[in-house]
Amino acid sequence: MHRTGELYGQFQTLEQQKESATFGMWIFLVTEVLFFGGMFLTYTINRHEYFTAFGVGSNTLDITLGTANTIVLIMSSFTMAMAVWSAQTAKKKLVPLFLILTLALGCVFLGIKFVEYKQKFDHHLIPGRGFDVSYCISNPASCGLQGKALEEERAEVEKAFTSDPDTNSHAQLYFSLYFAMTGLHALHMIVGAGLIIWLIKVSLRGRFTPQYNTPVEIVGLYWHFVDIVWIYLFPLLYLIDRHR
Amino acid sequence: MPEHSEHIVSPKIYLTIFIALIIGTSLTTWAAFQNFGPFNIVIALAIATAKATLVVLFFMHARYSERRTRLVIICAIFWLAIMLALTLSDYQTRQPRMSRLVAPVAFYRA
Amino acid sequence: MPREHYLNASYGIRSWLLTTDHKRIALLYLVSVTFFFFVGGVFATMIRIHLLTPEGALVSPETYNKLFTMHGVAMIFFFLIPSIPAVLGNFLIPPMIGAKDLAFPKINLLSWYIYIIGGCFALYSFSTGGLDTGWTFYTPLSSIYSNSAVTPAVIGIFINGFSSILTGLNFIVTIHTMRAPGMTWFRLPLFAWAHYATSLIMILGTPVVAITLLLAGLERMFHLGFFNPAMGGDPILFQHLFWFYSHPAVYIMVLPAMGVVSEIIPTFARKPIFGYSFIAASSIAIAVIGFLVWAHHLFMTGMSTYAALAFSFLSYLVAIPSAVKVFNWTATLYKGSISWDAPMLYALGFIGLFTIGGLTGLFLACLGLDMHIHDTYFVIAHFHYIMVGGAVMGYVGGLHYWWPKMTGKLYPEALSRFAAITLFVGFNLTFFPQFILGYLGMPRRYHSYPPEFQVLNVLSTAGASILALGYLLPIVYLTWSMRYGKVAGPNPWPATGLEWKTDSPPPTENFHVTPVVDWEPYDYRNRPDLGLVAGAPLAPAHGDD
Repeated sequence: MHRTGELYGQFQTLEQQKESATFGMWIFLVTEVLFFGGMFLTYTINRHEYFTAFGVGSNTLDITLGTANTIVLIMSSFTMAMAVWSAQTAKKKLVPLFLILTLALGCVFLGIKFVEYKQKFDHHLIPGRGFDVSYCISNPASCGLQGKALEEERAEVEKAFTSDPDTNSHAQLYFSLYFAMTGLHALHMIVGAGLIIWLIKVSLRGRFTPQYNTPVEIVGLYWHFVDIVWIYLFPLLYLIDRHR
Repeated sequence: MPEHSEHIVSPKIYLTIFIALIIGTSLTTWAAFQNFGPFNIVIALAIATAKATLVVLFFMHARYSERRTRLVIICAIFWLAIMLALTLSDYQTRQPRMSRLVAPVAFYRA
Repeated sequence: MPREHYLNASYGIRSWLLTTDHKRIALLYLVSVTFFFFVGGVFATMIRIHLLTPEGALVSPETYNKLFTMHGVAMIFFFLIPSIPAVLGNFLIPPMIGAKDLAFPKINLLSWYIYIIGGCFALYSFSTGGLDTGWTFYTPLSSIYSNSAVTPAVIGIFINGFSSILTGLNFIVTIHTMRAPGMTWFRLPLFAWAHYATSLIMILGTPVVAITLLLAGLERMFHLGFFNPAMGGDPILFQHLFWFYSHPAVYIMVLPAMGVVSEIIPTFARKPIFGYSFIAASSIAIAVIGFLVWAHHLFMTGMSTYAALAFSFLSYLVAIPSAVKVFNWTATLYKGSISWDAPMLYALGFIGLFTIGGLTGLFLACLGLDMHIHDTYFVIAHFHYIMVGGAVMGYVGGLHYWWPKMTGKLYPEALSRFAAITLFVGFNLTFFPQFILGYLGMPRRYHSYPPEFQVLNVLSTAGASILALGYLLPIVYLTWSMRYGKVAGPNPWPATGLEWKTDSPPPTENFHVTPVVDWEPYDYRNRPDLGLVAGAPLAPAHGDD
C-alpha cells in the first residue's frame, strides 16, 4: 500500500488511521491482561495453599528497593503522560525531553531489579538444587543480617518450618513465581524501552505534532499498562505477611 | 466513522494523579505492616485496584475515550474474572484440599 | 495486455516474501498450512496403519506415542487454527467489507513470519527426538519426565500463538474501523461475524495458552516450580490453564467454518439466509459461552465434584447457539432452489457431520456418561467429527467456493463433486467405527488393543485411505485449474456478497473505487444488478465439465 505523507494507503483519513492504531493497541493490551492473568491465577492458587511459605519468601525481598522501584515506575508513567501532552500541544522541544526522562527512569527500574536479582542469587534463593530458604539464617554475615533483625528472621523461619515442614519446597513455588512474574514484567519494560528509543529518534526530528502523535500515544498506553502490572506485583510479591 | 475529537488532559491533572499514586504506594506499604488479619490482602488489592483505575482513567485517557475503548477494558476485566472465578470454584470446593491431594514432598525424594 | 490484478501486479520471490497485500499473505498461508496438513497427515497415516493389527503393525510403543502427539500438534496448532482465518479470512474480510486491506498490513505479514518461525521450532522438535507428551502437554510428564524434544515444541507453539493473536487483533480492528460506507454491522456477511467471534477467542484465549506453555517450559528448562507436585504444586492447575484456551480453540476451528457454510448455503439455495441476526448473535454467543466450559476436560482428573457439576451444566449451554445455526441453515434450505455444486456438497456435509459431532459432545458433557467414555475412542471420534468433519469440510468447501475469486479460474465441477462425496464417505468410514470402539471401551493413545476390536479398526483404516484420496484430489485439480481452468467472471455463482462485486482475481486495492453498500445482506430475491429477482429462473452457474 502506498503512503501519502503520514497516511498509509489502506486508510481513507488520518482520523481513521489514528482510531485504528489506538484501538489496535487497546486490543493488544487485552491479550496482555490475559497473558499476565494466567500467572496471577497460578500465584493465587499456590499462595492460597502455602501462605506461610509465601510469607517467608516475601519477607526475604528488600522492601526499600521494592517501594523505590514502584515510585520510579510511577514517575516514569507520569513523564510518559507528559510526553503525550507535549506532542498534543505542539511543544516540540519537550517531547524528546520527557521521553528521555521516561527512558532514564525505566533504566533505573531495571537497574534496581538487577540488584535485587543479584541479591537473590547470592542468598541461594534461585529455585533448584541449591535453593535454601534458611540460608540467610545459617550465614547471617553474607546477608548482612545481625542483632534484632536476625533474631526476628530466625523466629519467623522456624515458626514456618514447624507449621509446614516442606517450607523449603513450597518457598520455591513462591520464588519461581517471583522470577517468572518480575522477569516477564522486566522483559516488557525492555521492549518498552526499545520503543521509547525509537520515539526519541523520531521526535528529535520534530515529527510529532498535534495532528500526528499516534505513536507516542500508543507507546504511552503500553507503558502505562506495564506500570499497572507492577502496581499489582508490588503488593502481591513484596507485601505478604509483613506485620509482626 | 464517528467524529473523534481528541481530549487533551492538562498537566495539572497528571500531576494530581501522580501524587495520588505516590500516596497510594505509601499507604499500601504502611498497611502491609499493620495486622488487619485476613483483610491485609483485601486492603492491598483494593489500593492496587484504585491505583490501576487512576492510571487507566487518566494516564491512559479511558475517561475521555469513546464507548468502544471502554467496552474493550470491560471485556479484559470480565474475561480475567471468568478465568479466576471458575478456576477458583474448583479449588474452593475440592475435597480433599489440593495440598492434601498432592503427595508430601518426601515421596518425590524417595 | 491482460488486466492488472494482485497476482500479476509484481513478480519475483521478493514481491511475495515482502508483500503486505492481504491476498498474497493469504496465499502464503495457504501453502504453509497445506504443508503442515501433510506433515500431520503422514503421522495420521502411520497411526492408522499401525492399528491394523491388535498388537500394532508398524512402530514401537514409544514411537506410537510420538506419532499421535505430533499428529495432534501439527494438525491443531499449525493447520486447523490458522487454516480458515489466516487463508480465507485474510483473503476475504477486506473485500467483504469494502476495505483496501486489513488495518495493519505489516503486522499481517509479521504474523505469517511468526507462524513460520514457530513452525520451524515444531519441525525441529519432530525431527530431533519427536514429542511424546500428547498434544495437551500435561505436566509433570511434559515438564519433568518426558525424554522427548518437548522444549523446542513448547517454544514453537508459544511463538505461533502470537501469530494467531496478531491475526485476531487485525480482524477485530479491521471490522470495527475499515467498513465501507453503508456497510453497517447488520449488513456484514456472516463470514465476517464468524471471524469477529473467532478473533475474540484468539485475543482472549491464546495469551493464556502462551503463558501456560511458557510456565511449563520454564519448569522444564530452569527447574522452576509452578505445577510441579514435588514442590507442592498442582498439575491440575496446568490443565485448567491449558483448557481455558484449548477448549475455546475448538471454536476457533469451527466458527470460521460455520461462517463459510453461512455464505455457501444461501448462494446455492437461492434464498436469503433465514434468521440473519440470530446466526450473527449465535457466533458471538458461542465465543462467549465457549469460555465457560473448559473444565469438562478435567472431570476425571481430580477436580472438585461440585465444580464439575457447574461445568457440566455450562457445557450443555453451548449446544443452544450451535443448534440455532443448524436450524437456521436447514430453514434456509427449505423450499430453496438448491443446486448441488461442490461447495454446497461440502456445506451440507458439514451440517450433517457437525451435528453428529456436536450431539456426541453432549454425551461427553454428561458427568455420569463421561466416566465411561472419558479418554476412549468415543472422544477421538467426537472431536474429529467437529474438527475434520466440521472445520476441514468447511475449509475445503470455502476454498472451492472462493477459488474463482482467488485465482480467477473455475475448478472442474464434476471432479469436485466426486471429491466431496469421497471425502464424506471416507470420513464417516474412518471415524464412525471409532464411536463404537470407544463405547465398547477401547482407550485412546494405546499402541495395541484386544483382538475383538480388530474389525472396527480395519474399517477405520480402510476409511482413512478413502479419506486420503478425498484430500489429494482437490489439491491436484485445484492446482491444475490455476493454469487450465475455465476463466471465471467476477461473480460466477452469482452471489450477493460485496467481494463478488470486484474483479476475479481482485486488483491489489480490491476495488477500483470505494464501494457504497445500499443493499441488505443475502438478498437473493431482490438484486436486479446480479440478475437475481424473485421468481426468475436460475442462471446456470457455469458450463458442464
